[in-house]
Amino acid sequence: MSIVTETLTKLAKERILIMDGAMGTMIQKEGLEEADYRGERFKDYHLDLKGNNDLLVITKPDVIAKIHGEFLAAGADIIETDTFNATSVSMADYDMQSLAKEINVEGAKLARRVADEWTAKTPEKPRFVAGSIGPMNQSLSVSPDVNNPGYRSVTFDEVAAAYKEQVEGLIEGGVDIILIETVFDTLNSKAAIFATEEVFEEKGVRLPVMLSCTITDMSGRNLSGQTIEAYWNSVRHAKPWSIGLNCAFGAEQLRPHAVTISDIADTLVCVYPNAGLPNEMGEYDETPEITGGLLGGWAEEGLLNITGGCCGTTPDHIVAIAKAAEGKAPRKVPVFEPVMKLSGIDPVKINCMEPVE
Amino acid sequence: MTKPIAQFINVGERTNVAGSAKFKKLIFEENYEEAVTVARHQVEGGAQIIDINMDDAMLDAEDTIERFLKLIAAEPDISRVPVMIDSSKWSVIETGLKCVQGKAVVNSISLKEGKEPFVEQAKRIMRYGAAVVVMAFDEQGQADTIERKFEICKRSYDVLVNEVGFPPEDIIFDPNIFAVATGIEEHNNYGVDFIEATRLIKTHLPYAKVSGGVSNISFSFRGNNPVREAMHSVFLYHAIKAGMDMGIVNAGQLTVYSDIPDELRERVEDVILNRRDDATERLLDVADEYRGLIKERKEDLSWREEPVAKRIEHALVKGINDFIEEDAEEARQQFARPIQVIEGPLMDGMNVVGDLFGSGEMFLPQVVKSARVMKQAVNYLQPFIEDEKEEGSKAKGKIIMATVKGDVHDIGKNIVGVVLQCNNFEVIDMGVMVPWADILKAANDHDADMIGLSGLITPSLDEMVTVATEMERKGMDMPLLIGGATTSKVHTAVKIAPTYTGPITHVLDASRAVGVASTLVSEDLKAGFVTNTKAEYADILEKRLAKPKADRLVSIEAARENKAMPDFEAFTPVKPSFLGTKVFEDYPLEDLVERIDWTPFFRTWELAGSFPAILEDEVVGESATSLYADAQAMLKQIVDEKWLTAKGVIGFWPANSEGDDIKLYTGDNRGEELSTIHCLRQQVSKRAGRTNDCLSDFIAPVGSKPDYMGGFAVTAGHGIDEHVERYKAAHDDYNEIMLKALADRLAEAFAERMHERVRKEFWAYARDENLTNKELIQERYQGIRPAPGYPACPDHSEKPELFRLLNAQEETGIELTDSFAMMPTASVSGYYFAHPEVRYFGVGKVGKDQVEDYVERRDSDIETIERWIRPNLGY
Repeated sequence: MSIVTETLTKLAKERILIMDGAMGTMIQKEGLEEADYRGERFKDYHLDLKGNNDLLVITKPDVIAKIHGEFLAAGADIIETDTFNATSVSMADYDMQSLAKEINVEGAKLARRVADEWTAKTPEKPRFVAGSIGPMNQSLSVSPDVNNPGYRSVTFDEVAAAYKEQVEGLIEGGVDIILIETVFDTLNSKAAIFATEEVFEEKGVRLPVMLSCTITDMSGRNLSGQTIEAYWNSVRHAKPWSIGLNCAFGAEQLRPHAVTISDIADTLVCVYPNAGLPNEMGEYDETPEITGGLLGGWAEEGLLNITGGCCGTTPDHIVAIAKAAEGKAPRKVPVFEPVMKLSGIDPVKINCMEPVE
Repeated sequence: MTKPIAQFINVGERTNVAGSAKFKKLIFEENYEEAVTVARHQVEGGAQIIDINMDDAMLDAEDTIERFLKLIAAEPDISRVPVMIDSSKWSVIETGLKCVQGKAVVNSISLKEGKEPFVEQAKRIMRYGAAVVVMAFDEQGQADTIERKFEICKRSYDVLVNEVGFPPEDIIFDPNIFAVATGIEEHNNYGVDFIEATRLIKTHLPYAKVSGGVSNISFSFRGNNPVREAMHSVFLYHAIKAGMDMGIVNAGQLTVYSDIPDELRERVEDVILNRRDDATERLLDVADEYRGLIKERKEDLSWREEPVAKRIEHALVKGINDFIEEDAEEARQQFARPIQVIEGPLMDGMNVVGDLFGSGEMFLPQVVKSARVMKQAVNYLQPFIEDEKEEGSKAKGKIIMATVKGDVHDIGKNIVGVVLQCNNFEVIDMGVMVPWADILKAANDHDADMIGLSGLITPSLDEMVTVATEMERKGMDMPLLIGGATTSKVHTAVKIAPTYTGPITHVLDASRAVGVASTLVSEDLKAGFVTNTKAEYADILEKRLAKPKADRLVSIEAARENKAMPDFEAFTPVKPSFLGTKVFEDYPLEDLVERIDWTPFFRTWELAGSFPAILEDEVVGESATSLYADAQAMLKQIVDEKWLTAKGVIGFWPANSEGDDIKLYTGDNRGEELSTIHCLRQQVSKRAGRTNDCLSDFIAPVGSKPDYMGGFAVTAGHGIDEHVERYKAAHDDYNEIMLKALADRLAEAFAERMHERVRKEFWAYARDENLTNKELIQERYQGIRPAPGYPACPDHSEKPELFRLLNAQEETGIELTDSFAMMPTASVSGYYFAHPEVRYFGVGKVGKDQVEDYVERRDSDIETIERWIRPNLGY
């Protein structure tokens, strides 16, 4: 176990750890224009770049550093790099495949720098950087063509290669944690896990891995159709430091699924919901008090080891969440007898037959 | 059953091309929609895991499994259960693992190739996140005793858990279920060996599980399902008590343990548990009493009590000819005129047969047997009808049937003819190698309702175009039916239909022939059918024309750049034991019988499935078993009474490749060229890592090393005519078709046996080869024997040169027709290649650039070459 893993694990035993809030909605508030996204380096670029938030780690590093700082000031133990979409596959939307590696390195360095400043400032509360790995804009399990269910726009090997490059960049930039988040397609996340393991093996390092699934309908399944338990069976081989849920719903709607994952996972549980459901304008208007109140209730019930916020959550939300979690005992990680657990889109448990006579 | 069985995990086995004839057929036909339905039915039927296996020599298993897994991923009612990715090839397993989001099971890995690949594969499986089946197999082979089974499983477990870090709960052992009661004493304890090894594994290897393929245990009782089911139930009863967790089982093939009759259960238990020395004999003694089929036959004679019309119907449906003359005579006395027997009970009975066939409840061999009964009855009544100078009964329609010029294959055409006759069509069969002028003349003379053309070899496709063109020139408007192995709807639509304005339709197989022919003679239905077919074919043609054909082809230069590069560094070609030819005058048939590959035999009869599993098939099993019994009986006569004579010739020559050609030399000093074999190269764009193969790639290039190539021509068809005539005279289509089909199989077996002897004895590059018949059929040997006109070398017109080199016509009596079909039809010829990396492949589509180059090398002209390789033209 690396020193970071050891420190993190020790801290997680003592208290509920706090992640940061939403990067995307915070950037939105900055009111950046096309020229800001382009900066000097891409001022003549052949495509519009506004909306390429990950590019800002190169063209507007100060803005990103400022947001990281605000979340750390709010009490976050772990901040996420601004690299959610920084794979060659997703960057193709901007014809920026070749920049994927650089964005990850720079995004990681930037977060590293800000986190280290805060660790120096508050040595009793060390800060950590999680390298954010998003789900990609293409699915390995679902055909984009309704008339051709066997078609896929991308292959496992392509996805794994893109993730591998991302993980390499993040590690090079100095992240503490690999965070594979907002998983709506389990096979994409399996490719990410595969790639991460390859990098670990090649570099001879092993960082803690956090996995976080996104449920996309009220029945509790992700976009590729798996229940949360089926998802857990599919990714347990990653031996993740934490497993959990983020995005899609607010804490209110997410609660039953948080209970499920808390019951079945023999590792830490991390849930960071949105600030409620978006209103008709697509804005999140759940107040910090409400979000904090709900998550405080979960903490009371012993469902949480790590929490924080996703879409729509601001530094104020993180302050409220951190406050609500303070002093509450972290969830106890259960120990189970080893049992074979397989899955399709539903989970299957296969008990061992005992010899009789 | 006892309580633990409720927990037992049932692995669905039907989505396995090796295990299910039906599934294999669907996959081969690329009918993925139906194949997906097979998976759905399994899950609906209670399979908790579905095993998916696409291992077949003729399939690209990687592509196929990928396609199938992606399709079922889109079906929530299937993808809710985990899949078991089943392959003996690691690359297929890995492809499968990349397609499943759930946690799957890999089936299987083992220590067979040693520890290193085992560890490597286990690590990869962990990285993909799957459980694994481990076979009790190591460097020494498959474990058969308790001690070996446990020892290998323990070693595997220790390596996996302690060295690789594999979770023990994700390991499933398969300690090999083998057949018992085989008559070989060493096999008697196989049931106990598995059960006791299971107990040891479950006691000593914590969290590991045990699985197995249950139906293997009863293999020696195939054909006797009640006994097999009892064996499965008894075996599971004891194996589950010992801790067996899961198994590949056909849930429909299990009886409840306590429902098995006491006597049978005791004797089965004696066998499974090896409780007494005479257990096998004692089970055999009673086995037949439980065989459903025989019981049924014994009871069957009750149908003789029925009125005569019912008896005739029964005889027709069951194909029983023992009493048909007696019944025809009785019926004749009941009716005023003999013709009424035909128009009445006989036609009524045949209508029942036609309905059952149409609805899929009867199969081709049964229908052909029915036809035999019918013909014998008609033959009996004929003299009475003639005495009364009555007119024959009015047929539904009249059809001219012919195998086209240049082609001699007629089994399929004869089957279609029989089926049509059963359905009251008058069939005028013109035989084989019929020139177009004769076909047209006969159609006019007989005032036929339609013409049916048949052919098996690819040049026949062109000949069919000629017939259609000539019909058009004559201004005919008679419907034209196209059938035979190489024909297709697309070819008919694209190449034949545009040449003829009359109705034209492709007929896929005999079962479709009746429907099509009936429609075409129906005043109500004909017009609609013709219009629809025309529209459909026009649509196919249009799509074909719209599709840019050459897009998937690379230039011949690029294809040559990407040629197969077998290792010629490490490989030294073996010099054959002789150069030149060797003749086999009268090859013993006994030596060929055991080499017969039965699967194509069943396909001839339109029964889909691989042998021997087909005998057990839920749908066609009974029909197949009965057909197989008849085939065995005739085969015995063929051999004992020497109905057929087998002749063959083989040859070996010094050879080196030069580009896509292979030069043969008169002697090993390679001074004088004997001949040039011209090969075609794959030109379809390949994905990375796949080469554009050409047969010449597998012969050492000129100036590198001395290499060799062989050729052969064998036949098992001499003497067949006399017996065919005999059956024809007896109106016995069933046996006529049977004999031809068996002669074909013997010729194939001869080619197979000769290839084996070439490998071990004459060329002798694989002296130590030791393969079972199954492995031979699976082509697990080194070297290939591709035939001119078939996928690896699709040009039929290279055959005369092969025949010249072998002096084949003189030595074996095989003659070539205008289209290079061989006579007798039960003949096989081809080349021999020996390089360890050579494999069968299909040349596929070729571009104009290659054809022009090939024309030059062949010193021919473009029209001629295009004619011979038309199906391969990609432009």
